[in-house]
Amino acid sequence: MTPGLLYALAGVALFVLGLGAMLLPGPVLRRILGFNVMGSGAFLVLVGLAQRAGGVDPVPQAMVLTGIVVALAATALALALARRQEQADD
Amino acid sequence: MTDPLPWLIVLPLAWGALAFLLGPGRGGALAIAGLAVQTGLALILAGQVLATGVRVHPVGGWGAPLGIDLAVDGLSAVMLLLTQGVALVLAIYARSYFAGARPEGFWPLLGFLLAALNALFVSADLFNLYVTLELLTLAAVGLVAQGGGAAQASAALRYLLVSLAASGVYLLGVALIYATYGTVSLATLAPLINGDAPLAVWLATGLVGVALLAKTALFPFHFWLPPAHGAAAAPVSALLSALVVKASFYLLLRLWLGVFAPFTVAAGWVLAGLGAAAILWGSWQAIHARRIKLLVAWSTVAQLGYLFLIFPLLGSTALALQAGIMQAVSHGLAKAAMFAAAGIFLKATGRDEVDSLAGVAGRLPLTLFAFALAGVTLMGLPPSGGFLAKWLLIDAALEARLWPLAAVVISGGLLAAVYVFRVLRQAFLLAPDDSHFHPVPRSMEWAAFALAAASVALGLRGVELLQLLAVGRVT
Repeated sequence: MTPGLLYALAGVALFVLGLGAMLLPGPVLRRILGFNVMGSGAFLVLVGLAQRAGGVDPVPQAMVLTGIVVALAATALALALARRQEQADD
Repeated sequence: MTDPLPWLIVLPLAWGALAFLLGPGRGGALAIAGLAVQTGLALILAGQVLATGVRVHPVGGWGAPLGIDLAVDGLSAVMLLLTQGVALVLAIYARSYFAGARPEGFWPLLGFLLAALNALFVSADLFNLYVTLELLTLAAVGLVAQGGGAAQASAALRYLLVSLAASGVYLLGVALIYATYGTVSLATLAPLINGDAPLAVWLATGLVGVALLAKTALFPFHFWLPPAHGAAAAPVSALLSALVVKASFYLLLRLWLGVFAPFTVAAGWVLAGLGAAAILWGSWQAIHARRIKLLVAWSTVAQLGYLFLIFPLLGSTALALQAGIMQAVSHGLAKAAMFAAAGIFLKATGRDEVDSLAGVAGRLPLTLFAFALAGVTLMGLPPSGGFLAKWLLIDAALEARLWPLAAVVISGGLLAAVYVFRVLRQAFLLAPDDSHFHPVPRSMEWAAFALAAASVALGLRGVELLQLLAVGRVT
């Protein structure tokens, strides 16, 4: 088993855990964290599987960087909405 | 002359950012001016596509595989035209709708929403499409949260979480495809993928497909749509129902006809079955909805079902694609008109229930006429665009000897008639003596009417649209 495949399998495990946390009923914060765990899993699959001839393939690295920025923005928006919902409940 | 293609993305970003600095008043005027220019650009682009075929634009002069390519074919051009046209009329509507209130984020978010939509329609690689889908989600969720009540915040949060889960699943699919082929460019992938592809690619197809179905709110993934579209402000609901859900449908259709074509034979039946279920369940809920915006939102669930009836027919006849796009465009126009009209009823009566519409026929005849015209398109009566779409769909179904699909289309039209006439019947009742109507700006009424009239006129001028659609088609 190559290290790349190991990363990818760990990525799939994280993805499934995160997706489960997101879709199952639970506190909003847990679901937002689930989204982040799931995203990290997908990134790990992307970087882990895309090894070209033993070397590092730079394209997925660039994709993951873009993906992290998107995930950060989405997390910020989700937290802001969760906060507003909480304030409205009070 | 410079290429209009990149400007369709740059322009809305620019006026969106400027509208944030200028504030709602002048920002709104700027947005309308920007949208008018974009509509012109989309028309020019459509003309170019008709004249010279598929157009490709390498961003910054760097072509694929190193840079990012943007591509426009007939399908993209049709979606771009629909988007700019509907957004322009809705912007004029929204300026009156929000007059007096302070819609802090509406105009900037509208700019970002349009930039994301336009970028999605011209993207030519799977990863770029992922980024545009995410941008679209963020802008759309921000728009739903406008107005700031608890209902909006919780509907927006649910919408965001569903969309993010779907985007994550899509991204995992893209990762598997990149791992197998070392590219995400649609043009490069199309010849590489065939029926003997490794298991990872089958899995990736399934993941991407399910993600896009969830984003398009196909039954049984529709649960997030009615609360989000029902709770948002009327101009926002109109944008979401008319345009945003069509974006993921467009993407699914494009992948289905292109890179995923080898895998799609059996799955077409699943989609058509779910589409039929969406038509029946969505119509049933619309018939029983108490609030008018919820009624219109459930009608969106039902009308989206028609878009998926075409999938098993795509392989056998060209009519199916024409029917699907005609339905997407006519529903986009009609549903924008319907939500606009619902917003006017809400402003005038101050209430949201269908039962509170009594007397509307006398006070707001133009708006009610717009609602009825949009209803004509949803029911599929001639000469509307909806009639043409459903006619093409029935024709395609009968050509393939699939009469159950034709039966679903016809019964869906009858069910649509039930919920449209439920609203009309209530509107023609006499108003109770204690009722009080607030005046509504004429520009809002005319905007709703223009959208509804366009959805009907589409049936008369559909040939040009189908001609444009045929340019550079993959099949």
